[in-house]
Amino acid sequence: MTGTDYMALLPLLVIGYAGPVLMTLIAFWQSQKLAYVFTLVSIAAAFGALFLTVPHAPSSVTPLLQVDLYSVFFSGLILIAAFLVTLLCPQYIEMHVKRGAALYVLILFAVLGMMTLAASIHFVSFFLGLEILSVSLYGLIGYTLHSKPSLEAAIKYLVLAATASALLLFGIALVYSELGSLDFRVLAPILAEGHLTLATLFGLMLIVAAFGFKLAFAPFHMWSPDVYQGSPAPVTAMIATGSKVSVFALLLRFVSMAQLHMNSDIFLALTVLAVLSMTAGNLLALMQTNVKRILAYSSIAHMGYLIIPLLAGGAQGASSITFYLVSYVATVVAAFGVVVVLSSSLKTGDVENLDDYKGLAKRNPVLAAIMTLALLSLTGIPLTSGFFAKLYIFSAAVHSGLWLLLIVGAINTGMSAFYYLRVVYAMFGGETDKEQAVPVPGSSSQIALVISSAIILFFGVYPVPLIYLAEVVTKLFSR
Amino acid sequence: MLLTLIIIIPALGGLIAWMVSGHSKPAVRWISLLACVVDFLLSIYVWITFPPNGGQSGLILEQNNSWIPQFGISYHLAMDGFSLLLVVLTGLLGAIAVAISWNEITEKVGSFHFALLALLSGVMGVFLAYDLVLFYFFWELMLIPMYFLIALWGHENRIYAAVKFFIFTFLSGVFMLLAIIGLYVAHGRATGIYTFDYLTILASAASNPYSIWLMLGFFVAFAVKLPAVPIHSWLPDAHTEAPTAGSLILAGLLLKTGAYGIMRFAIPLFPSASSDIRTAAMVIGTVGVLYGAVCAYSQRDFKRMVAYTSVSHMGFILIGAYAGTEMALQGVVIQILSHGISTGALFIMAGIIQERTHTRDFDKLGGLWATTPKLGGFLLLFALASLGLPAMGNFVGEFLILMGTYQVSPVITIIASTGFVFSAVYALKLLQMSIYGKNENNWDVKDLNTREIVTLALLSIVIIWLGLFPQPIFNTAKQSLIAIQQSVTSSGDQESRVIR
Repeated sequence: MTGTDYMALLPLLVIGYAGPVLMTLIAFWQSQKLAYVFTLVSIAAAFGALFLTVPHAPSSVTPLLQVDLYSVFFSGLILIAAFLVTLLCPQYIEMHVKRGAALYVLILFAVLGMMTLAASIHFVSFFLGLEILSVSLYGLIGYTLHSKPSLEAAIKYLVLAATASALLLFGIALVYSELGSLDFRVLAPILAEGHLTLATLFGLMLIVAAFGFKLAFAPFHMWSPDVYQGSPAPVTAMIATGSKVSVFALLLRFVSMAQLHMNSDIFLALTVLAVLSMTAGNLLALMQTNVKRILAYSSIAHMGYLIIPLLAGGAQGASSITFYLVSYVATVVAAFGVVVVLSSSLKTGDVENLDDYKGLAKRNPVLAAIMTLALLSLTGIPLTSGFFAKLYIFSAAVHSGLWLLLIVGAINTGMSAFYYLRVVYAMFGGETDKEQAVPVPGSSSQIALVISSAIILFFGVYPVPLIYLAEVVTKLFSR
Repeated sequence: MLLTLIIIIPALGGLIAWMVSGHSKPAVRWISLLACVVDFLLSIYVWITFPPNGGQSGLILEQNNSWIPQFGISYHLAMDGFSLLLVVLTGLLGAIAVAISWNEITEKVGSFHFALLALLSGVMGVFLAYDLVLFYFFWELMLIPMYFLIALWGHENRIYAAVKFFIFTFLSGVFMLLAIIGLYVAHGRATGIYTFDYLTILASAASNPYSIWLMLGFFVAFAVKLPAVPIHSWLPDAHTEAPTAGSLILAGLLLKTGAYGIMRFAIPLFPSASSDIRTAAMVIGTVGVLYGAVCAYSQRDFKRMVAYTSVSHMGFILIGAYAGTEMALQGVVIQILSHGISTGALFIMAGIIQERTHTRDFDKLGGLWATTPKLGGFLLLFALASLGLPAMGNFVGEFLILMGTYQVSPVITIIASTGFVFSAVYALKLLQMSIYGKNENNWDVKDLNTREIVTLALLSIVIIWLGLFPQPIFNTAKQSLIAIQQSVTSSGDQESRVIR
């Protein structure tokens, strides 16, 4: 490796070293504050380092990693998501966790995994990144040891993530045995040509299924509501944002490079996944009375919507996914930010029942307003970034004439309004007899909430800069 | 800039009102009223100062700024005579909505006025947007405040009504969004210019094999709002459960956005596809006229009855819009305005009666005239307006629509005109069950106060003015209606269509 390579890898190195260093530090000083500040600083430093890597893009660092504008952009998005989630942690830890310092170590490791995924262009780095991410998540999900749902969720995630890894490995092995390479750059032209053997196709299907597990496409979504519900709220935010974004970024790279959406079998498989995810996600969400579960099912539906532009392909498909993911991260952080703040006001556990949100507008109007903003953005109502995100993916799909998916998507968007509005109504109109504490966001949670709602609102009014960025970073996929 | 002001003043006023709500409730009401009145006066000022048919394009005012150049979305507002009339109506009904909520709304006053005024901004935007995405933007923006108005300040069954309203309009709106994008792509493929700009798309009016589907996407959204009969079922619930101001805005303005959409977008953008469904649309309208009237007659609830009369009256609008003769279109404009005033006034009366007697049930009402002659007088006036008595706006509107339609389809005209008879039946029943009859329940309630009299007198003046001297309305709307008329009557012949 040369000096330039090190420069290109700088953000990854910063995060990669930050984890072990913090681990050593907290072995001597069990200080949450130290861990918290150290994590924030290293994430910020890695984000700063991203700008230093831009001049070196695009470059391949070892055969495994590709540092180009695309990976830089998504690393940035992951770091922003991680930064916001970290800001949500101290208030939560104070109330629910005895020793919180190690949580930050796990967050740093998880971020390392995500950034690896965003930059990987090889099945080996894909697998490595995925495993780093998953293993850190096992720890994070089960972090509140005294709570049974948390442990249950961790076990569930462990079993299913391991299954997904096994599928992925089997799929990779099949593709490798047929085509003799693990490098996307070598595989892509062969796959794009078509005429795949049955074994290759089977391998690809298994890989798609592994992606499906990680992104919770229906019918691989079973783990998602339980894990969302059981995990400590900040960790759920992490799973819903960083983890999904990084895996989707890789899926988009893989599909775009290999032109997999042109393959009729893969196309069919993904169409089925999209229809199932949208429909199952929204239908099941209708019946939930738990806000975390509602958000879990909603995220299944949203991942379903995102398959539509993936299948549309082309420059617009890729850039609309990029736009959507940015909007999605801000929205989900805002929504879970409110859940975290509410949960931090109660010792007994996470505040997640719809009943607990009744009358929130009276107790804390600002929190209720932020939650409403996030839910409206998820619905895709104007003045929120979610509106342009929806417009963008729909327009990509119209360009490619995917009318079936569009109509299913449209009906589902209409359906989704129902359960988002239920939460909104509970906050503004619901009355509750229960005596409830007035939730007060801590100063760092405040920052996270303000940043995420500012992103939602700003891109809801003036999306031009983000569209421009999305177009630039996905240029490499347009042909 | 004037157009932006017209749109933004209500929302801004609402925001300020919301912020001061912690200190003083009267201040909230006065600020909201002031914002609406200023907005109304501004629209009147535009009407007086600018010649209605200024410029060859028929546009009175225009503002075009770049917004999202990557997608060809612009911040393009424009006002022609038709939009101007609707903007004036919006300003008037907005101010009245604030006035009639003075005593009715006592809880969450600040957020109520914010929702109400934000809704007005959305409606203004819908009437002024000349970019399809901007139009959709405002279209959806109307939804949220209306949902809250029904869900938070409505009557007994409000949640059900609010959700039903939202799902119907939002879902149909998403289909319109798909149609908008489809039109954008079709237009881009045909001409190489990817733009959402209304005038640009209108000018090239490229027909494509999907035209009929795209047109239906628009039509569904507007027909739900209008409402046309098979998809009207949200309306009785929403109107009945909404607070008085909400019912007023729903009947007076939101239904009109549907009519406006059909005449501004669904017909001119798809001339040939529209002429394909012309007969079907007129039949749907006729069914609406009759079905709405029959349903209205069988209601036991004051507001629910008035809600069904809307279905009936809006049926005429659908007939007139698709008949497409100049006379019918002029009738539609008058009908839009006078239905907004008369039905709005009936909802206000319902609100006043409910406030005093705490019921809307005809079985419990009756004999109110004895103690409330002023209220009775106004109710008589507006009920007669609603049944289409000459000298009031609704008569002019419905008469012109039927006259204009006769040239196109005598059969439909004959069937639809029986609606007049039905409307007499339900309007007289309304009067009989509420103010006339024996005062069996010994109602002894306060008569109208000055604020209410001023409000209702204002509406009476307008409805009589529309009935006696509608010429200024005809002059203002004429230029904009010519374009619509040409696109309907060209009957699929693309070449003969004169643009704008």
